[in-house]
Amino acid sequence: MSPGVGRSGQADRTPGREAVVGSHGGSPARRDRRRRGPGGGDRAMVPEAEFTSYYGRPVVKPAPWENDIPAYLFSGGLAAGSSLLAAGGDLNDLPALRRTGRLAALGALGFSMAALVHDLGRPERFVNMLRTMKLTSPMSVGTWILSIYGPFAGAAAVGELAGMMPERRVRGPMKLLRGAARPAGLVAGLTAPPVAAYTAVLLADTATPSWNAAYRELPFVFVSSALTASGGLGMVTAPPDQASPARRMAFGGAVAELIAEQRMERSMGITAEPLHQGRAGRFMKAAKVLTVAGAAGSLLASRSRSLAVLSGAALMAGSACTRFGIFEAGQASARDPKYTVVPQRERLERGEPVRYTGEGPRS
Amino acid sequence: MAEAHPVGFQWVMEAKARGAKVIHVDPRFTRTSALADTYVPLRVGTDIVFLGGIINYVLENELDFRDYVVAYTNAASIVSDEFRDTEDLDGLFSGFDAQTRTYDPGSWQYAGQEKHTPEDMDHPMKRETASALQHESHGMQVRSEAPRDETLQHPRCVYQILKRHYARYTPEMVAEACGVPVEQFLDVCRAWTSSSGRDRTTALVYSVGWTQHSVGVQYIRTGAILQLLLGNIGRPGGGILALRGHASIQGSTDIPTLFNLLPGYLPMPNVKDHTNLDDWVEAIQHPGAKGFWGEADAYGINLLKAYWGDAATPENDFCFDYLPRISGDHGTYRTVLDMIDGKVKGYFLLGQNPAVGSAHGKAQRLGMANLDWLVVRDLFEIESATFWKDSPEIETGEIVPEECGTEVFLLPAASHVEKEGTFTQTQRMLQWREKALNPVGDRRSELWFFYHLGRLVKERLARSTDDKDRPVQDLAWDYPVSGPLEEPSAEAVLKEINGYEVETGRPLSSYTEMRSDGSTAGGCWIYAGVFADGVNQAARRKPGKDQSWVAPEWGWAWPSNRRILYNRASADPEGRPWSERKAYVWWDEEKGEWTGHDVPDFQKNKPPSYRKPEDSEGVDAIEGDDPFIMQGDGKGALYVPQGLVDGPLPTHYEPVESPFRNPLYGQQANPSRKQYDRDDNPMNPSPPEEHSEVFPFVFTTSRLTEHHTAGGMSRFLEHLSELQPEMFIEVSPALAAERGLEHMGWCHVVTARAAIEGRVMVTDRLKPLKVEGRVVHQVWLPYHWGSGGLVTGDSANDLFGITLDPNVLIQETKAGTCDVLPGRRPRGADLPRLVAEYRRRAGLVGDHHAPIVTVGDHVDVQGGGQPTDDSSERGPGQ
Amino acid sequence: MIGHNSLFGPVDPAHDAGYDDPPKRKGFFTDTSICIGCKACEVACKEWNDVPEAGFDMLGSSYDNSHSLNADQWRHVTFIEQPGRTGEQERGPRRPVDLGLPTVGPEEVGPEVGSVETGGPEVLLPDDMEGEKPDFRWLMSSDVCKHCTHAACLDVCPTGSLFRTEFGTVVVQDDICNGCGYCVPACPYGVIDRRRGSGDNKSGDNKVVLNEGIAQKCTLCYDRLRADQKPACAQACPTESIQFGDVEELRRRADERVARLHEAGVMDARLYGNDPNDGVGGAGAFFLLLDEPEVYGLPPDPVVSTKDLPKMFNRATAAAVAMLAGAAVSFLGRRR
Repeated sequence: MSPGVGRSGQADRTPGREAVVGSHGGSPARRDRRRRGPGGGDRAMVPEAEFTSYYGRPVVKPAPWENDIPAYLFSGGLAAGSSLLAAGGDLNDLPALRRTGRLAALGALGFSMAALVHDLGRPERFVNMLRTMKLTSPMSVGTWILSIYGPFAGAAAVGELAGMMPERRVRGPMKLLRGAARPAGLVAGLTAPPVAAYTAVLLADTATPSWNAAYRELPFVFVSSALTASGGLGMVTAPPDQASPARRMAFGGAVAELIAEQRMERSMGITAEPLHQGRAGRFMKAAKVLTVAGAAGSLLASRSRSLAVLSGAALMAGSACTRFGIFEAGQASARDPKYTVVPQRERLERGEPVRYTGEGPRS
Repeated sequence: MAEAHPVGFQWVMEAKARGAKVIHVDPRFTRTSALADTYVPLRVGTDIVFLGGIINYVLENELDFRDYVVAYTNAASIVSDEFRDTEDLDGLFSGFDAQTRTYDPGSWQYAGQEKHTPEDMDHPMKRETASALQHESHGMQVRSEAPRDETLQHPRCVYQILKRHYARYTPEMVAEACGVPVEQFLDVCRAWTSSSGRDRTTALVYSVGWTQHSVGVQYIRTGAILQLLLGNIGRPGGGILALRGHASIQGSTDIPTLFNLLPGYLPMPNVKDHTNLDDWVEAIQHPGAKGFWGEADAYGINLLKAYWGDAATPENDFCFDYLPRISGDHGTYRTVLDMIDGKVKGYFLLGQNPAVGSAHGKAQRLGMANLDWLVVRDLFEIESATFWKDSPEIETGEIVPEECGTEVFLLPAASHVEKEGTFTQTQRMLQWREKALNPVGDRRSELWFFYHLGRLVKERLARSTDDKDRPVQDLAWDYPVSGPLEEPSAEAVLKEINGYEVETGRPLSSYTEMRSDGSTAGGCWIYAGVFADGVNQAARRKPGKDQSWVAPEWGWAWPSNRRILYNRASADPEGRPWSERKAYVWWDEEKGEWTGHDVPDFQKNKPPSYRKPEDSEGVDAIEGDDPFIMQGDGKGALYVPQGLVDGPLPTHYEPVESPFRNPLYGQQANPSRKQYDRDDNPMNPSPPEEHSEVFPFVFTTSRLTEHHTAGGMSRFLEHLSELQPEMFIEVSPALAAERGLEHMGWCHVVTARAAIEGRVMVTDRLKPLKVEGRVVHQVWLPYHWGSGGLVTGDSANDLFGITLDPNVLIQETKAGTCDVLPGRRPRGADLPRLVAEYRRRAGLVGDHHAPIVTVGDHVDVQGGGQPTDDSSERGPGQ
Repeated sequence: MIGHNSLFGPVDPAHDAGYDDPPKRKGFFTDTSICIGCKACEVACKEWNDVPEAGFDMLGSSYDNSHSLNADQWRHVTFIEQPGRTGEQERGPRRPVDLGLPTVGPEEVGPEVGSVETGGPEVLLPDDMEGEKPDFRWLMSSDVCKHCTHAACLDVCPTGSLFRTEFGTVVVQDDICNGCGYCVPACPYGVIDRRRGSGDNKSGDNKVVLNEGIAQKCTLCYDRLRADQKPACAQACPTESIQFGDVEELRRRADERVARLHEAGVMDARLYGNDPNDGVGGAGAFFLLLDEPEVYGLPPDPVVSTKDLPKMFNRATAAAVAMLAGAAVSFLGRRR
């Protein structure tokens, strides 16, 4: 163990790193039973979880995103839903719905783009998004989805505008635009749903506890929320006699959203907590109230235009609140180490750590 | 060590990897403790009790390495019957003069040598000039023949005296005084002794903070006694290793920046006693003594030749009269007090930041504020250059920028990568440093600064006819310069330090080649050989894997590239290794020479059997089994009959500021310590003096890994400042509860000198100790901060007063008493008011200063309380 | 485009990334049992990689004032003060050793205000410490990017700025990253971060910040590796707590080391991130810890989120179809 020097001087010179540490160890490591640091255990709704953290500091980092992103979640959904509304209106000869849908889609899309670019650390490098196509990156996939959907939605809207011009002014390319409006609008309708759905994967494919844990239900919450919003928009803008599909879309979306959200929370375990706390909690509560009220209103909206406008607006606001609520809940779950440590620790204690067992997923 | 010397600590981990057990003794749990096998917290200032306790354990159980002790130490030497121990005189040794508080070492001598005490200067003067420091490498120059009893039974042999001296340093006493539980203390004793002897060795490592006590030298001495008793000196894996505070601190004592030393530990001549070359040389040689100091004339004359070249001739005593003389205490603290008193006009500071780094920061700053001019050479604009505009005294009105007359010259210094030269580290190893890039802007190396300063001064005085200018006019000051900056050649300087033949210029290969006839010149005799064969030996960098494990071809260590001093002791008296495991240097019978892994620290061909001829002295008197070749009797000194001002044996004295009465003696603190009793330097009261309860807590300071001493090299760098961005004060949870301190809140610490503030760090790493039946709280402070840099804070050294060890005049800055209050300290004029209030409560008013001698009737002290003792007739100072 | 185990399971990342004949995978083995907390790694890293100062804040978390790994902190030394139980380390070859430090009140980690309230002078008298020998330990660990076999940050990066080097490490290309910030929430260890601009630069001054607004993290000193040099932190580490080398070799060394410690009675010693079958396919930079990972601020069972990406896309597709259907349905029936 401890070689001497010897006259030969051949003391071993490379003992390797065998130093026994000075700090003592015992067998299973003691768990610190105290909650500490931020994360307000007092607000917990479930019995206090025991866990250890490093001075209460986050384990994972919250996304460095501002309100642009939840706003985009909403506007993207609105655009998608509106394109569907427009396509349906077009096919069913409901010009009001078609017009609202096409124009709203363009507006929402424009806003979305602005929001996305504005949120970049280096906006001038936005185009770098297009230098590659990565299936492992929901953001890359989303970018391509948008860049397919975008032009058609745009063309449809431009055609719509061209259509609104007095006949005598319409000649040459204008005719073309008008003609292209319908096919473009229909393609936009078909490519719209992915726009509304992918954003759920965008959030879920992170280490943010409350987003990742929700990955099964989140897409359904988002698409139904999109339908709710666009249906609501239709109710606000279209005359009641043309708005019935919008009302059905809104009502259906609202109901679906409420159900999906319930299921989602049940599947999330402890990471559902943040959905009921602080800023996120207030958003989610508001979302529920607005959506329920709006849905109820939509049933009677056929009778009163003002009621239609009111409930339509409520549904849109509800959808927006849902997006902000889920976004904020995720951020909060990342800031509190509890939501990272506890589920993982429980997994380990159940003896079910995440390990590769051979049947690795293929694609 | 991990805390302040992380790079060196890798070797402790290496040792650990080989199975070494690491024990860490420190008042506070540090990064070192975290990696140690055993951590022992003890009360600040009780180290002599702790180590003395181990000595007692060794002697009681006869665990000493007997063969080594008998042959190589002075354990068998018999001491004068006039000697009285602290056991007899309640904390004083015989020969004490209560008026001057100094000792006449006459009665400390070996039997029959009472009248041969070599120091011719009077005893107070020895303290004034830190004469013991001049013995740093001299050892004691006793006459070689001393009566011995190798059975160690004689009641007056050193072994028996030692046994009696430490008899009361029991495990129980250690628990009582140090607050170390008996069982834990015995663990340490067992570990130390069981890994010492023929087959094993133990190393004692300390950092310079250990010396910063009013009994600093005796701390080290206690370690030396223990290591000698256990045979851990001059052997591989043994020794006492001093960790220095900065790069080349060792170098700055070898080629000193000290007022009382010349290069190679030659004493600075004294105005009274060294009127000519012969007096001076003789004072170093000590006729009748053994050892290499016999050649002191050669060393001294070579230095003079290096200084004055051709002007130095045998006819003019080699210009000996050009050397300045000392007439008393010219130490740094005396100088600062003289500044306050207006006796000093100018001051040079090079890479030193006393405004933050020295004891009694306020005195330092007030002193500098009272100069005509001040030159500061540093990497950054440190506090010692800005005190006149941003020191705490500005806020209190004690320094008014508009009125401060000191003209400050701030000169930017080149960093270590911008200049070449050597660093000498603690193993006495010189390592050559290459220049990575030329100094940017106005930065210049020290070498450049002093060479050109000297050149300009010489030019100014060239035509002077005044005799006092002769030393400068005759100075040999020609070094080759190169480059646009006219940078002098560092190698040329190293060559001169190494020494050369005046005729041929051939570099000397060893100090044994130095002549006293002026035919050779050399700036520092112990460095002779660093340029052997005209090769810069310090620049060697052969990787360890390509050479023997001693790695003799990495750098160069003085003397003569020896890596372990006194390594003759690694072999038994017959020259055989004590054990194969610990073989290092041994006698080769066939070849008739000493050989081994290291350069033998012994005359190569002197056989173990050599015995000295009748009345020989110097080198010839060193016998074949005398490993300690610099000592007057060739033996390791368990007991020091001469050379120390405050006693032949380490004795526990409380720190000057302590909340406790000395549990062992009536004499409370070091009786012969150097103290400056002035009303601007009050010391907190300690028992038996009243009011010690006003400052109930013990505090100590040290360094953090993240910063460098006074912060001049770290607080100005963002990547270091961010790691420890604020001054903080560590307290135990218990003290925090007692004083209502909040973790990361503020608190302030008060002493009779100052009050400073810092953030509160409540930590279990500090532990209250049970001492003399009471709980004592210890407070710890880092001392890195000041008013300058990227991160600022109060300076811990402001809390200390000035009180010094008598042997080497080092300040007591590792032990003090204080009070701790929650919240931030008062601002402006309220600050001095708070401190004054504490002084009043502590009875420190007017020029009242607590008596230093706290043991009864002096006549009795002289007589040792034994009427039959003839020494009672010997008056003070005889 | 995606091969077997590209998303989960053991794989050689460089090969998987398409390098034909890459050098052996490089990584760190950080042995926290011999870390002395000198922070030389932090400084060396910042000096070499030109990482700006991360703010002069005193955090009161023992001697850790660097907070966490982030854009301005690529190495982070953690300090944990722990009153523990009787040490078992010395039940090996040597005698039990008493660290002599008291347990104060209930078990707590770190010097916190809380520990003040519970501390009282009486608890600290040696007499009251008779019986069980209290001890204390000060854990230190130098954390760093794990350079995962399956790196979420790299997977989700939409621009391809984050890439897999020939050494199997994960590196950001500063000139390509557009600061979308997606990699930040993706990292299961919270390592990578977007560098703040000079506006909110902590030291207040408005000096231009290098690589402002883009993702930053440890590169395992890619530039030094290509010049056949050790990474700066490993080079600077005085105790070889940070060991650099071939991951394979380091894993072997780590196994030996932990076995040696268990033999010596340090039962708390465990490896973290060395298992190729774990949630990230094994880390290129793994650790020997003396307590649970979360004590050091590490996730106890990290998983790369892209492991479930196929399932996520499937769910999203289903949702999209449902949306289309829902929309269609709402146009059926009477129009009024």
